[in-house]
Amino acid sequence: MALTREQIESIAALARLELTGAELPVYQQSLSSILEFVGALERADTASVTPMAHPLPGLSQRLRPDEVTEQDHHSEYQQNAPQVTAGLYLVPKVIE
Amino acid sequence: MSELHHIGLTALAAGLRERRYSSVELVQAFLKRIEASQGALNAFISVTREAALAEAAAADRILASGTGGALTGVPIAHKDLFCTRGVRTTCGSRMLENFVSPYDATVVAKLRQAGAVMLGKTNMDEFAMGSSNETSYFGPVRNPWDVGLVPGGSSGGSAAAVAARLVPGATATDTGGSIRQPAALCGITGLKPTYGRVSRYGMVAFASSLDQGGTLTASAADAALMLRAMAGFDPHDSTSVEREVPDYVAQLEQPLAGLKVGLLKEFFDTGLDPQNERCVREALEVFEGLGARLIEVSLPNLPLSVPVYYVVAPAECSSNLARYDGVRFGHRCEKPRDLQDLYRRSRGEGFGAEVKRRIMTGTYVLSAGYYDAYYLKAQRVRQLISADFTRAFAQVDVLMGPTTPTAAFALGAKTSDPITMYLNDIYTIGANLAGLPAASVPCGFAGKLPVGLQIVGPHFSEARVLAAAHGLQRATDWHTRIPAGYA
Repeated sequence: MALTREQIESIAALARLELTGAELPVYQQSLSSILEFVGALERADTASVTPMAHPLPGLSQRLRPDEVTEQDHHSEYQQNAPQVTAGLYLVPKVIE
Repeated sequence: MSELHHIGLTALAAGLRERRYSSVELVQAFLKRIEASQGALNAFISVTREAALAEAAAADRILASGTGGALTGVPIAHKDLFCTRGVRTTCGSRMLENFVSPYDATVVAKLRQAGAVMLGKTNMDEFAMGSSNETSYFGPVRNPWDVGLVPGGSSGGSAAAVAARLVPGATATDTGGSIRQPAALCGITGLKPTYGRVSRYGMVAFASSLDQGGTLTASAADAALMLRAMAGFDPHDSTSVEREVPDYVAQLEQPLAGLKVGLLKEFFDTGLDPQNERCVREALEVFEGLGARLIEVSLPNLPLSVPVYYVVAPAECSSNLARYDGVRFGHRCEKPRDLQDLYRRSRGEGFGAEVKRRIMTGTYVLSAGYYDAYYLKAQRVRQLISADFTRAFAQVDVLMGPTTPTAAFALGAKTSDPITMYLNDIYTIGANLAGLPAASVPCGFAGKLPVGLQIVGPHFSEARVLAAAHGLQRATDWHTRIPAGYA
């Protein structure tokens, strides 16, 4: 299945990825060939098959009691942040 | 003392307890090998010399008091996607080039608690996406058997380091073959445990329903020793399984007489290099000689495992990697115009080509109108593949076959076409889709290059898989071969 240049632009926008003009045709070609490759799945008869929801048969996600277990680490975590002021993450102005 | 690197992890741990050498001596000897090989192999992203020597000195004090544990003073390395407090964790990406984790991954904490000394963080494909270690932002790793060839991936740095005996053991992770494929291409032993056996807490996430941490070592016995320290329930990982950890070391010697070995018909089809096939079949004869029974089995849906994987893994990756937004941690672009520009340029610059390809593939297969046709369809076929394995394990104790279709290939040989690269993992992906434990062990040479035999077991049968691998390694010496130049 061949994707158009516009479809690649729209996927990149959904994924919040800036692509250069040179990257667009490369991804157009490789994503199209990947979709063609995974298109082989259509041949499998899955009419009565439930989609797999956990890698271990019969198991589902474990739940835990709703208790506070985390301490406040924000100043430590913010040491990895690109820009912080007064304990707040800084981003460009969102509301004019 | 020049032969310390010939001694495997298990024997080194014993030698340390018997005070035949000190941990400081060991750490110095391996650091010297790491530093001497870095230019040729590029196996490490960070080498933690000072911290390692301090930890080794502390280990020596514990050993002197006679209270050393299973791994006290033994040098190891961690794949650079296990978070290490105070030491940067890059995941092979520009995005995390300067990321210093505020906490240790559970695997790191457990190995430290068992006494292991970390020498550094190993190179890898960016965010573990790759089968040749060529997608790393920090440059490719080279195969110690021939530096013109790839070591495999994504755990290429850990595999090359163990193969060249720069460390006796290293952690690694396996989402579609990232432990077993590089183990095969580098001639060492790799073990991917059952999904949920080893905690994923502090492992940078790629595809959460497939990722599993494991080991790269010279031998199965060394893998058993390392896994015993790494495995176990962790309340920090909601998919970690509450189940006792068996003594893998004590169970290594279980007899193989009567073991029912399933030969995967689909694995011996076209595409398998005749030299690899010869090595694998010779290993199977060794098992027959040990009393195992070979039974051909068919998993009819297995040929669809690569297409299933290239829907499910990118889907999970696009979701997991949404966290890299240039706001809280990771790369941020210069002078963003607005918030959208900040997101898009930070991600566009921070991620490499293959990671972007997978994020976009995943975004597409999860998008409105395509979710049922791709994602749900893939999860249905995954169910069929998993059921194939369940049926096979009703007949046999383990499945065996090749780990890879060919031996190591040249750098650059498969980078232009992603599908060609993806097909490297054609034999390994099935175990990830079904959450099964699987190992790759050296079983011979195609010319001058090592070949791996894959052993897959039912859920939580690591002890059996390791015992089978150990049986082969008692009967053969392929796992003791060291590349020329590193002997």
